Order: sequence, then C-alpha cells, then structure tokens
Amino acid sequence: MSEHAPLIACHDCDLLQREIPLNPGCAATCPRCGAVLYRNATDSVNRTLAYSVGAALVFLIANWFPIFGIEAQGTLKGITLLDAVRSLWDQEMQLVSTVVFITAIVIPALEILSLVYLLLPLQLGMLPSGYNQLLRLMRLAEPWGMVEVFMLGILVSLVKLTGNFRVVPGVALWSFAVLTLLIAAAAASFSTRDVWCCVDRITGRKVAP
Amino acid sequence: MSPLSGSAASLGLRACHVCNLVSRVSHPRQAAHCPRCGAHLHARKVGSVTSCWAFLIAGYILYIPANLLTMMETGSLISYRKDTIMSGVVHLWKTGSWGIAAVVFIASILIPLLKLISLTVLLISVQRRSTWQPRQRTRLYRMVELVGRWSMLDIYVVTLLAALVQLGSLATVKAGPAAVAFGAVVVLTMFASLKFDPRLIWDPLYKERGHERDAQ
Repeated sequence: MSEHAPLIACHDCDLLQREIPLNPGCAATCPRCGAVLYRNATDSVNRTLAYSVGAALVFLIANWFPIFGIEAQGTLKGITLLDAVRSLWDQEMQLVSTVVFITAIVIPALEILSLVYLLLPLQLGMLPSGYNQLLRLMRLAEPWGMVEVFMLGILVSLVKLTGNFRVVPGVALWSFAVLTLLIAAAAASFSTRDVWCCVDRITGRKVAP
Repeated sequence: MSPLSGSAASLGLRACHVCNLVSRVSHPRQAAHCPRCGAHLHARKVGSVTSCWAFLIAGYILYIPANLLTMMETGSLISYRKDTIMSGVVHLWKTGSWGIAAVVFIASILIPLLKLISLTVLLISVQRRSTWQPRQRTRLYRMVELVGRWSMLDIYVVTLLAALVQLGSLATVKAGPAAVAFGAVVVLTMFASLKFDPRLIWDPLYKERGHERDAQ
C-alpha cells in the first residue's frame, strides 16, 4: 500500500481510496459498494485495436448484405437493416425509425471508428488530435449502442416469421452475430484507465492531485 | 483497495467523470475543470434528482398508451390481427414459442415496469436521505443500468417485420402507435437512469457520522 499511489474515487459511492497494483485479468472493486473500479486488462490498447478493426470490417458486411430473405410470389427477396429503417420511416414512424437508425447503425459505427482513431496512433506512440473531446463523446455515446439487443431482435423476428413464410437467413445475420461478439470483446478489453496512462506517458504529464 | 477516511467530495476532491482523475478544487462553489482532460468537474451530477423525476414521470405517462395501443398490425389474405405488446406475447405463447414469448415478456413488460418502480424507490429514498441498505440500493441501480437497454427489443422486432412491405408479399406488417409510445418509454427511462447519481445514496451516511458534507 504505497503512500504515493494515485487516488481513485468510486464512481458509484464516491469513496476515496488509493490504487493498488493488480495481477493481469483481475479487477479492483470498491470495498464499500462493490462497484468495479478498474481492471488490469491484458495488453488493453493492442487487443482493443485488433477487435475494433475486425468489428469495422464486419460492420460493413452486416449493413451491406441482407439480414434475411423471404420467398414471395416465387422470388426471393432480402432485406437489409437500412431497408427496414426506411420502410418504417415510410409508415409515418419517423421517430421510431430515427431511434433505430441511431442506436443500431450510427452509434455502433461511431464507437468502432473512434476506437480505431484513438488507439491506432496511441499504439504507434502518437497522440491523435482531439482525443479529449473524443473520449468525452465516447462516454456519452456508450449507453446508446445496442447491437446485442438488435441481434436478439433478429432472432425473435425470425421465429415470428418462420410460422408463415419460408425464411432464408442472409449473410448479415451471421455478420451481426460476429459483430455482437467483437464489440463485446472490444468493450471488455478496452480500459479508459490504460488509455489515459498511455496519454500521460506520451505527454510526459505528472498526475497528482 | 485501500479506503481512506471518506468520500472524495467531503474532502474537497472531485473525481473526473471522463478520465477518473481525482483533483482538488479550491473553491467548491466555482466551476472547475479537470486538469487532465478539461471536462467540467461536479461533486454530483447537476440537477440529478429533479431531471430524473421529470424523465421518470414522462416515462410513467407514456407507459400507459405503450401497453394499451396497437403495437403491430399483421394482415394477410386469410387473417388480420392487431396486437398490443401483451397480446403479442400471448399469441407467441399459444403458437408454441414459449421461449421467445418469455424473452419478449421480460424485455417489453417486466423490465420497463421494474425499471420505473426501482428508480422511483431510489429517488424517494435519496430525497428522504434514507440510510437504509445503501449497498443493496446501489446494486439495484447498477442492475437498472445493465438491463434497461434490453427493452429496445420489441422496437427492433417491429422494425424488421415492417420491412416485409418492401418484399411485395401479400402479407403486410405495420407498426402501430404503441411503437412510438413504447420507444419513448425506453429512451426516457434510459435518460432517467443516466441522470440518477448513485453517490447520493451514500451522502446521508456522512452526515450521520458527523462529517461535513460538501456544498454542491
């Protein structure tokens, strides 16, 4: 227990405490309320970057190809996520359509892009410009990315449709499944604490309250 | 961890909500910025209780049309049906998709309701400066934050099914007015839980022990 270890305040109960070194893969929790304070994610920057680049590629495939196709009047037609958003818009459901567009397309894209933009330069030992604003933006956007919920939505719709139609799963169905896993992996290995340590190392700033 | 004597705020310290850096503020009543990332520093979320109530009450009001109005209209040559959220669940259950019926019931009915009730309990307990079970209440808040997003499920299902129109099939699915109300409930309750500050649960404990609580 070092006297000079950085201070940390629990984000859930504001208990002030000193950081302790952690073994890889371990997490520090608040002794009073049990919140996870920080984790020692192994090789955080490097791994998150890898997952994010992967997620970016899969994201393009998931949005370009149809999620599922349905046989109607002898022809097989597929729908993409954007098709679904557009037809909801045409049904005078602009509000709902916008919410879906933002939570299922815009925010996940923004999250993936900002991770790559932020971590690639850091990995190379450089500071991306505007990293302050970007990290703040990412914090605001974080609760609104809902790819995993959308994935469950796809499964429920498939079950509802198979009763009445012949449904053919599309490329994007599998892509969304993979995207869900990649985003979860990126979120699990990402650590803002490590990013700020990296930033402090590059700027040579001494951090002490 | 090695806990020190009290809350950061009571010691004149502020934790940055963006980069977690703890820094000292010279004048607690003046606006302060984080020395590392430049974010505004606040001891507690500004206007937490008031805005949380506002979002919550709006959520309660819209919860009624969300459950009473039509969520989805399904029409084909042989059948036509209008479903509310609940009748949709019942239909799924009757046609044998028990698992999916349970998932939709939990995500669309149980979670929004429990979320509204939990946040109400938390807000009232915070306003009464209750010292009852702070750890359990914090855990309840974390759960509300964790599961809240899953209510979006029905909105996504309606979106995907509504795209059937585009396929030129004889069957059509239309989203009903409940979709707007329900989407609003999900978004409003998410805003409410983001606005709630769990640290307020712990503040009354300091006062009881005689610590001086920092002015907000």
